[in-house]
Amino acid sequence: MPTLWLVFALIALAALGFVLGRQRALASAGGDVKLLHSLPAYYGHNVALSAIVPAIAVLAIWSLAQPMMIESRVAAMIPAESIAENTTVSLVMSDVRRLAEGLDQAVEAGVLDAAGANALEAQNIDVRGLLGQVGVALGSEVSPEVLAAAQRYRSLTATGSMLKTIVVLLLSLGGFAWAYGRTHKDFRARNVVEQGIMALLILAASLAILTTVGIVFSMLFESLNFFGLHSWSDFFFGSTWAPNFRGDSELSILPLLWGTLYISLIALLVAVPVGLFAAIYLSEYASGTVRSFAKPLLEILAGIPTIVYGLFALLTVGPMLVRIFGQGEDGLLGVEWMSGATSVLTAGLVMGIMLIPFVSSLSDDIINAVPQSMRDGSLGLGATKSETIRQVVLPAALPGIVGAILLAASRAIGETMIVVMGAGAIAKFSLNPLESMTTITTRIVSQLTGDTDFASPETLVAFALGLTLFVLTLGLNVLALYIVRKYREQYD
Amino acid sequence: MTDTRQNPANNKGGSLLQHSARTRKRNAAERRFRAYGIAAISVGLLMLCVLVTTIVGRGTGAFQQTFVTLEVELLESKLDKSGTRDIDAIKKVTTFGYAPIIRAAVEAKVAELGIDSPLKAKEMAGILSKDAAATLREFVIANPDQIGETVEFRFLASSRVDGYMKGRVSRDSITNDKSISPEQLDLVDALVSAGVVEKTFNLAFITGADASDARPEAAGMGVSMLGSLFMMLVVLALALPIGVAASIYLEEFAPKNWLTDIIEVNISNLAAVPSIVFGILGLAVFINYMHLPMSAPLVGGLVLTLMTLPTVIISTRAALKAVPPSIRDAALGVGASRMQAVFHHVLPLAAPGILTGTIIGLAQALGETAPLLLIGMVGFIASNAPETIADGLLSPNSAMPAQIYEWAKRADPAFYERAWGGIIILLIFLVTMNTVAVILRRRFERRW
Repeated sequence: MPTLWLVFALIALAALGFVLGRQRALASAGGDVKLLHSLPAYYGHNVALSAIVPAIAVLAIWSLAQPMMIESRVAAMIPAESIAENTTVSLVMSDVRRLAEGLDQAVEAGVLDAAGANALEAQNIDVRGLLGQVGVALGSEVSPEVLAAAQRYRSLTATGSMLKTIVVLLLSLGGFAWAYGRTHKDFRARNVVEQGIMALLILAASLAILTTVGIVFSMLFESLNFFGLHSWSDFFFGSTWAPNFRGDSELSILPLLWGTLYISLIALLVAVPVGLFAAIYLSEYASGTVRSFAKPLLEILAGIPTIVYGLFALLTVGPMLVRIFGQGEDGLLGVEWMSGATSVLTAGLVMGIMLIPFVSSLSDDIINAVPQSMRDGSLGLGATKSETIRQVVLPAALPGIVGAILLAASRAIGETMIVVMGAGAIAKFSLNPLESMTTITTRIVSQLTGDTDFASPETLVAFALGLTLFVLTLGLNVLALYIVRKYREQYD
Repeated sequence: MTDTRQNPANNKGGSLLQHSARTRKRNAAERRFRAYGIAAISVGLLMLCVLVTTIVGRGTGAFQQTFVTLEVELLESKLDKSGTRDIDAIKKVTTFGYAPIIRAAVEAKVAELGIDSPLKAKEMAGILSKDAAATLREFVIANPDQIGETVEFRFLASSRVDGYMKGRVSRDSITNDKSISPEQLDLVDALVSAGVVEKTFNLAFITGADASDARPEAAGMGVSMLGSLFMMLVVLALALPIGVAASIYLEEFAPKNWLTDIIEVNISNLAAVPSIVFGILGLAVFINYMHLPMSAPLVGGLVLTLMTLPTVIISTRAALKAVPPSIRDAALGVGASRMQAVFHHVLPLAAPGILTGTIIGLAQALGETAPLLLIGMVGFIASNAPETIADGLLSPNSAMPAQIYEWAKRADPAFYERAWGGIIILLIFLVTMNTVAVILRRRFERRW
């Protein structure tokens, strides 16, 4: 892995730079630390940072940009007529990439030598069979255009990597030499180093923005691809979800959205009353010992991974509900309303349990933020404690509690493992909570796992679903934070 | 005061010690309200109890496994026909070549104990795992000099026999089961009383690799634990420095302007983005665009880093905020630069808080499953433990929660038991991490 070695080389240069820079600064002051402008270590840091930071930055940017440049140049090589009717450039490009990787592996395994891989011609040789020997399975016969593109891809990648190594090393050495040359007892090393560190800190802080931008763009591009292949009106306003990997599928978000909202509603019906009453009791009634014991125990529920809840839904709650509502004569109610363990109710109940601590700890904070004077006023007028809570504390805390519920709803909408394991896979509009239904997150998982083909609408729809989910949860969060913040200002 | 006189209506009922109907009603409402609160907390705690007892009750079985002890005669005529102990010749004998040896061993054992069974030798050997021949083959290849000797072996029993020993399988439940017959169970009963079949602690579940669908008795968590370990190393190596640097900037240096406002709003929103969205990001950016290998712990670690960063940043900022300004002022007063004040004084004092937040973030990342599904850490059998660090980061592996999901998907009670057992292991890690975090906080928390 040459990039890794490159990084190690940079680290070694930086370490060397630290030692040499420090020595040179001390030497220029004749060994007397007091004559230096900055502490000796700063001169070392200066050289080390100059050697490593620009080089690493260039390395990172280069590694990100190189694939894109090569893709576009190779894609331009593929003549439009060689792209078959029902495929796209990106599909052909994925063939090219796979072939190039296959050639790399063939060279590595010794079936081909490096020159041989570049000299291959599709007409003379069975490329597919050749690569089959080294364990690379190609989907179809290799056309000459694709082979030529793959060879070009390989040569461009090789040149690019070599150039990258040279540029990065030169940059590192250049930075080293420049900083080393400037090292002198009067050089303001501390100020320079601190400016450099500040730049790094700002960079780290902007990474959060970069992540958001990455999320939005990665989903936006693929969603646009999707809407190029599938009509947007069917996606947003259609009524059927029936993916069909032979094409011609109906992909509408509405049935999925219905399942998502229905399950979230049941989860909130469980979590909100329980969580809210728990919060009221803990903050208004409970003694210190009860509080210090019950609150952390409840919060354990929030720390349990969702896979545990998923398994609990699939193997415990689901079968239990079947025993109550299903199994005909053998069941507890003697009815036959439920056939399988996966259902809206299964997922909703378990998700509700998961959300209890979420609602309770948020509401607890909010109720505690209501000023004591309001309670004292109400109690002083002769209201009982519960009347005070219902008529004074809760109305005052209401905006915050609504915010907490919205946050819990956004959590429920985005929850994945519980619904993947407990909700089922059938997309439909139904009011019966004992039927299995599917959700947005479940479909994202099922469309993106297994064999995926990033040129078919059936796979790309996952990105459109993801974007919708992101917008939905983001909207709920912003609304909730806005409400909570606005409320906080009232009493602070 | 004579106020009561002015309101005679209130006194109609008699003395103050006797509550009026209205007061009684209000008091009852008060009691009801309080009862609702107690009920709500009880429901929450009850759920916790149910969850814990379910996990423990269903999962502890995975830590025990049924073994069959047999004396196996490693026949030279079958395993090394040439008699030269040439390792390549021995390797040519496939697991099918070992099956008759095992069959003979079972038959000999049954005959030696004088058990009367209507079963044929092949059916008798059916109580052993399909793994048995492979285990034997591995042993012979590792110790070719043992050929011709009689060696005592502990073979895994098949998952049905194991289920029978643990009470999961009964004679009624196997009426339609082709893998085992009541006669075989009779044989198992006889062998149990002879001490040949016994249930003991199963270390292989903790250290071993995953196994294929047909051999649930051989599946273990070890390899996926390594996968999780490598992911956590990536998360720690990236999330801690980046998170701390970002927090230092935002808390100590950032001017109040629109840009820092955007960053702050961004971070609090990122903390609430559904984890599956990070999985989509990882798939689109790290795998489709940067062509990092699918299913690699490196990619998993990168995705979880992005997911954990907001947690680390939020807790680090809280820790930095808790350091009183007097510390900074004192450092600046004796001539330190702002950067020196932060790095030499504030940061060390905030370190316990930062560490606590990081551990909690790591625990969160350790239990996260959804993003791992999208970057392909499920759907295959993680059977090879990585040999080098680069291998551990780049070669396909599973992770603990993904492995649990994988087992849950296989729809076999024997794998369900392992999934619950896996959850016990996962929870032990999480509880340990959280306990360490709490202890750190208790121990180093300073009240200023």
